[in-house]
Amino acid sequence: MTDVPVTTRKDWATDQEVRWCPGCGDYSILTAMQLLMPELGVRREDTVFVSGIGCAARFPYYMNTYGLHAIHGRSPAVATGLAMARGDLHVWVVGGDGDMMSIGGNHLIHALRRNVNLNILLFNNQIYGLTKGQYSPTSERGKVTKSTPHGSVEQPFNAVSLALGAEASFVARTHDMDRGHMQEMFRRAHDHPGAAFVEVYQNCNVFNDGAFAALTKRDARDSMLIDLQHGEPVRFGSDGEFGVVIENGRARVVAVAEVGVDALVVHDETDPDPSVAFALSRLANTNDVPTPIGVFRAVDRSEYGSAVTSQIAASQAKSGPGELHKLLHSRPTWQVA
Amino acid sequence: MTNIAERADEVRKADGIVLRFAGDSGDGMQLTGDRFTSASALFGNDLATLPEFPAEIRAPAGTLAGVSSFQVHISDHDITTPGDAPSVLVAMNPAALKSDLPLLKPGGTVIVNSDAFNERNLAKAGYESNPLEDGGLDGYTVVTAPMTDLTKRACADLGVKPRDAERSKNFFALGLVSWLYSRPVKPTVDWIDGKFAGRDTVIAANKAAFAAGHAFGETAELGASRLMVAPAALEPGTYTNINGNTALSWGLIAASQQAGIPLFLGSYPITPASDILHELARHKNFGVRTLQAEDEIAAVGAALGAAYGGHIGVTTTSGPGMALKAETVGLAVSLEVPLVVIDIQRGGPSTGLPTKTEAADLLMAMYGRHGEAPLPIVAALSPSDCFFTAIEAVRIAVEHRTPVVLLSDGYLANSSEPWRIPDVESLDPISIEFASKPNHVDGDGEAVFWPFRRDERLVRPWAIPGTAGLMHRIGGIEKEDGSGNISYEPDNHEAMVRLRAERIALIAQHIPAAEVMGDADASVAVVGWGSTWGAITGARRRLEAAGHGVAHIHLRHLNPLPANLGELLASFERVVVPEMNTGQLCRMLRAEYLVDARSVTKVSGQPFTAAELVQALFAEIESAGAKR
Repeated sequence: MTDVPVTTRKDWATDQEVRWCPGCGDYSILTAMQLLMPELGVRREDTVFVSGIGCAARFPYYMNTYGLHAIHGRSPAVATGLAMARGDLHVWVVGGDGDMMSIGGNHLIHALRRNVNLNILLFNNQIYGLTKGQYSPTSERGKVTKSTPHGSVEQPFNAVSLALGAEASFVARTHDMDRGHMQEMFRRAHDHPGAAFVEVYQNCNVFNDGAFAALTKRDARDSMLIDLQHGEPVRFGSDGEFGVVIENGRARVVAVAEVGVDALVVHDETDPDPSVAFALSRLANTNDVPTPIGVFRAVDRSEYGSAVTSQIAASQAKSGPGELHKLLHSRPTWQVA
Repeated sequence: MTNIAERADEVRKADGIVLRFAGDSGDGMQLTGDRFTSASALFGNDLATLPEFPAEIRAPAGTLAGVSSFQVHISDHDITTPGDAPSVLVAMNPAALKSDLPLLKPGGTVIVNSDAFNERNLAKAGYESNPLEDGGLDGYTVVTAPMTDLTKRACADLGVKPRDAERSKNFFALGLVSWLYSRPVKPTVDWIDGKFAGRDTVIAANKAAFAAGHAFGETAELGASRLMVAPAALEPGTYTNINGNTALSWGLIAASQQAGIPLFLGSYPITPASDILHELARHKNFGVRTLQAEDEIAAVGAALGAAYGGHIGVTTTSGPGMALKAETVGLAVSLEVPLVVIDIQRGGPSTGLPTKTEAADLLMAMYGRHGEAPLPIVAALSPSDCFFTAIEAVRIAVEHRTPVVLLSDGYLANSSEPWRIPDVESLDPISIEFASKPNHVDGDGEAVFWPFRRDERLVRPWAIPGTAGLMHRIGGIEKEDGSGNISYEPDNHEAMVRLRAERIALIAQHIPAAEVMGDADASVAVVGWGSTWGAITGARRRLEAAGHGVAHIHLRHLNPLPANLGELLASFERVVVPEMNTGQLCRMLRAEYLVDARSVTKVSGQPFTAAELVQALFAEIESAGAKR
């Protein structure tokens, strides 16, 4: 788009004082976003950030775009209406694990299923921050919090598995310690027509500090993060010494030396069948084993808002634009003289 | 003794008839009633209908729980209710007779399908002996017809299987009553052709059954029961027969046309509101977007999102859904965005009576949100009035940037009446003004946009995404008046709470004053809202005919109330408020105006009849007179 004015990070930042705790992972996500925006070739006024409630949900106040800070859990629903009405906009939805997967779980899965043109960012810190430290639907079993003094007895959600199960057409994972990777995932989400779901592992340094440290600290990444690359064998380790094979539909980490490169699964994010992507998502259900990041799935599927708009266009092409007079006389009528 | 031909000519004239079609849920009584209504409408009668059906799709056949009824009042003059009591009951089985006979006027006519009165069905209905034979119908005019058998015979040569033929027996009943009450035949025959197009045997069977029923009337010497209701002298114009939900849907489309912006409906299926979703989903060529959402909360959330984007955001539901939407409506109050929330009230609390009517959500509409969250409320007063009330709800919402609750009810939703179709040119425009430029100069002398800078009506600008230079962030957190920035300042919140109340109160300057129908000098004023309009009007006319004047004030706007209402009420000796709840408007009027309003209430799931209100109002007139 040649007519989009050139902008810099400053243009995308607001004058509002950022009120996250010092050290919060949200800062690095915000920076990544503000730095990325000038590269996307979109206008600020055509961009909307919609959020629910929670620490992550304050995000829109810091982006110099249109912003709607709604109510707890409902941001995917509000954004669905906005995106349906206004196909010309770039609508981002930002929320945390409590907001999107607990109180708003229903709206999240249906937005993904419908494939509404939204970029949905889940800031997953595995804890409730704004309400001061209760366990969340992504907290691990045994998690001791104020509301689980004896440890959580609940099975957590795996956000990527959930999104894949909800028929999402685009699913990715990234983390707050790698700006470049975040930006790449956000860019891919932006480019994807339809609902794009990006899980961001985000550190809450006050209530759940270091939850992802075993995966994301600099010297652990090579051995603990499996960077999915489309068309490439899935392998990791500082020398690529580990890889992933799919056996009987299940993913398993192997030593490349033992099985050979050819045995590794070649990642295909465009596979219409989400089974392999799902199997990859099941490699890690805790934060102490090698965990895939990157784009799990990116398939073409009819985008919801445009499908609705097409029906309108088809209907107008067939019967002409609506005429009120005709409508009011469309049932049997009679005259009284 | 006269011969049949002569008797057939002996059609007595009546100024009106109330018929009630009753049968099993699977007998097609709603369709039969609807066809009779349509033929009567095209014939030129005034009419009003009251469909009643069980909440279950298929309750056990032949049981009292499975009875589905349709009452229609046809008249040669202007009427406003579906009639106090039917004078004719069509009963397709013993359960229908047992359930609805108590409603029939003494001496009324009962038309029964005698084939259905077998031992099994009688037992299911709880009859120990056959009422057709044991004198149980003494005092009524009884017309028995073996409808099932005659329908099967009529279809015998058409290649229709007997089981399928039996399904057409409702058309036999329709043919019979069409003859008895001199309804035109052609509209029904044409309708059968259109409705079942492509299913030739069904068309043939239904037409044969209809003709057989018609012929049965002629040949069975039923001439003495024939009645003729002449067309009503209604105001000149083009008419159509319309129910409340259709009128409401069309009103929303009209409002969208008048405003020049698209309509967005977010809705979740719920009785009795779903038909609005169905109707609007059909009219995509008007640019209507409908979303059948995953739940009630998503439905209103999406409507709010669309409104934020510059569409007319509407959500439709009934009581239980209203409860679920409350938080989002509160957000709309805080955001000051236009949103139309439509509640087709039904019997509550909880699931209550899904298919029966009640009007007990007024105080929920007024106060059913946390915090101080005032919003305008409008209520439709008749099926066709749903059209105009929908336009009014949209007008207030978009012009005043506020959520508006529109209250209709299950009775208005499903009952129908002739409607003089308005001239499209006569509809008032709705003015939409999206903000296009900065509206404030900041400390540095720079032109900026303040989303909460208000005009003289205290209305804030509607700045939609896509508008350059007006980017802003708003949410449910308290905002600083003017700038819209987050503010937790005590004085600001105090001011904002009062501003939100004041701006809604100010809408009173933009709605019509309350008017008196009937006798403005009467000592008794009856104040109504919603669907009680029909019964109150019917009662007022009867009282007037008997020489007792009553003043009738009917409120379309329930919040804010019309500016002149307090003064008006104070001018009457007595104020009576009939409601289909336990006195909600009455409480509001007493609280607002310190007026000694008296409540007349009904919560049986049925609308008031005019007779009930005649009685109640007459008592008030008598005692007011005695006091004077």
